[in-house]
Amino acid sequence: MSEVPVQHTQWNALDFPDAAKVLLEDSQTRKNVQHATNVIQGKRNKVVAELPDWEDLREAGARVKAHTLRHLDYYLTKFEENCVRAGGHVHWASDAAEANRIILGLLRRHEAREVIKIKTMTSEEIGLNATLEANGIRPIETDLAELIIQLGKDRPSHFVVPALHKNRQQVREIFQREMHLPELGDKPEDLATAARTYLREKYLRIKVAISGGNFLLADTGGMCIVESEGNGRMCLTLPDVLISIVGIEKVIPSFRDLDIFLQTLPRSATGERMNPYNSTWTGVHPGDGPKEFHVVLLDNGRSPILADKEARQTLQCIRCAACLNVCPVYHQTGGHAYESVYAGPIGAILTPQLHSMEEGRSLPYASSLCGACYEVCPVKINIPEVLIHLRGKVVREDQATLAGKFSLWNIGMQAAAFLFKDAGRLSMAEHMGLVGQKALVSKNGFIEWMPGMLSGWTQTRDLKAMPAQSFRDWWAKEKAPHAKSADDGGVR
Amino acid sequence: MADSDLQRSTVLASIRMSLGQAQASDAIDAEYAAISRSYKLTGELSVYALLDLFEDRLLEYGAGVYRASAAEIGATIGSILRRRGKSGLAMPAGVPMEWMAEGFTFVDATGFDAYELDKTEGILSSCTVAIAETGSLVLQNVAGQGARVLSLVPDYHLCVVFADQVVETVPEAFERLENTSTLPTTFISGPSATADIEMTRIKGVHGPRFLDVLIVV
Ligand code: SF4
Repeated sequence: MSEVPVQHTQWNALDFPDAAKVLLEDSQTRKNVQHATNVIQGKRNKVVAELPDWEDLREAGARVKAHTLRHLDYYLTKFEENCVRAGGHVHWASDAAEANRIILGLLRRHEAREVIKIKTMTSEEIGLNATLEANGIRPIETDLAELIIQLGKDRPSHFVVPALHKNRQQVREIFQREMHLPELGDKPEDLATAARTYLREKYLRIKVAISGGNFLLADTGGMCIVESEGNGRMCLTLPDVLISIVGIEKVIPSFRDLDIFLQTLPRSATGERMNPYNSTWTGVHPGDGPKEFHVVLLDNGRSPILADKEARQTLQCIRCAACLNVCPVYHQTGGHAYESVYAGPIGAILTPQLHSMEEGRSLPYASSLCGACYEVCPVKINIPEVLIHLRGKVVREDQATLAGKFSLWNIGMQAAAFLFKDAGRLSMAEHMGLVGQKALVSKNGFIEWMPGMLSGWTQTRDLKAMPAQSFRDWWAKEKAPHAKSADDGGVR
Repeated sequence: MADSDLQRSTVLASIRMSLGQAQASDAIDAEYAAISRSYKLTGELSVYALLDLFEDRLLEYGAGVYRASAAEIGATIGSILRRRGKSGLAMPAGVPMEWMAEGFTFVDATGFDAYELDKTEGILSSCTVAIAETGSLVLQNVAGQGARVLSLVPDYHLCVVFADQVVETVPEAFERLENTSTLPTTFISGPSATADIEMTRIKGVHGPRFLDVLIVV
């Protein structure tokens, strides 16, 4: 295949702490994010409480997903065989560039100048829109939120409601400007009607559509897409050609398994008992839907994650975004701070792994480890456990480099480890600390400023000064006069 | 080797390298079959309570709900259309003659393109199964339901549901769909909606804005 220019999404310009600092100053965005996540979370809690078997559903979902991942090659080839038998075409892409090339090749074959798109994070992940534009093809997002993002030249900040950081006045301004509707009102209905009119003409005219996919069904070779607005159904059924780009982890063994995920996904994602539309189809069906159907199976860093048994569960994710909505860190910063296609707790574990731990290294630290994400996850991904596992990985990798070995952090941590390992050393350090802190302690007994690298800590917090007598000294004197001296390990 | 074969074997090799020794397919199938499914599979409600639940859910979505006996279907459809101010509906092939209320025009929309469907006043269809707990209608490409666009492009959808098509839980619906799982299938729960702007539910962005359901008891 001839070479085509491929554009990549480069988001990792800043590290999480720096990016978060910028966003923390944007009070409008924070207000919008907090409002939206509170509303969804409230609805989610209500409809989840309705199901007495919720825990059983989570357990079954987690088991089905874990089982599929353990035998991923088996289920993918089974899917392929059945999809092809039903008249579909299956393509495999190792990375973003390959996926872009495949899609571009198909679009060129059909001489497409424009394509309609259903919201898909995978397309965001491979930077598809930029590639299409660079090659003279205009991608048109049809999901209301994605349309807002696209017309506003913005980035999604949440993967279920990507424009939740915008309020309606902001949406109205974008639509007024981009759709040339100076008279447009700001009621949600006005905005939805504007989008309906703007897009309907495109659905009827454009002949190629691109989608993601929520589930690939191995036993039938079918696909399932879950949505609300009907824009998905428009793209799936009206054009002549449909191209779906789907991560390899989206396969499940059987059509029947949807009875779990169609209960857990909508309730977790939008707090509804069922989302307005689910579509399932298998290959091509004469007289119903596209005449040509392509699935691009995307690896792009997923398969190596399978090898890491502790982190493999990351791939169980069904992208409901419930973990974002409950996350106290996401609440404060919104999605853009993660500088990653996948935001929130799941982004914090998925992004660094997708990039072989080369990018997004600060993300495993973008969490308070409160465990709320694990509690809500409908497929029981233990995100805090994976976060800690990845933090360990980051540290070990850093220590292995020369710069890492001599970094202040590493030296500091090694020194701390050295001190904490031996009671005598620790008590000596405590006495030195008492002397050393004298100059820093303010009148109220707090340390408000520390020198050097430690100043980062005291910028946002005050530190209580060390007490004049350590617990160990107190214990040795008061409570254990007969115990041996602390130095030989008699006191731990 | 063609590009595409190479790409395929590269991805599969990478997966296999990460997973290690593969199991035999019957061992995998057995492992799958052994996954415990202790979630609720069957409902417990009586027929009346079941239909009431279904109706409640539909009303919550803002759909219109009507009930009729089998003998009254035609007449009830007539009164629903009068109420909606419609002079007739499009429909897939296979809708029974008795449903076509007198005084209204019904056209077979099989093979209509999207432009033609866009001009119709609405669509009349039956369904394969309905789920009470979630207020969902499941349509497949069979007689009386037809291609997926039919229930999508027109702004109004009137769906006839027989009481014995209503199940309580999602798993019960999948049990009934098992044998026709490869047909194009659509689950419809209320009219098209979005909550993308300030989390306010807005009806009808792209799909039908109006949905009526006639339950036949
Ligand atoms: S990790 Fe769990 S809660 Fe978060 S998006 Fe994925 S499935 Fe949903």
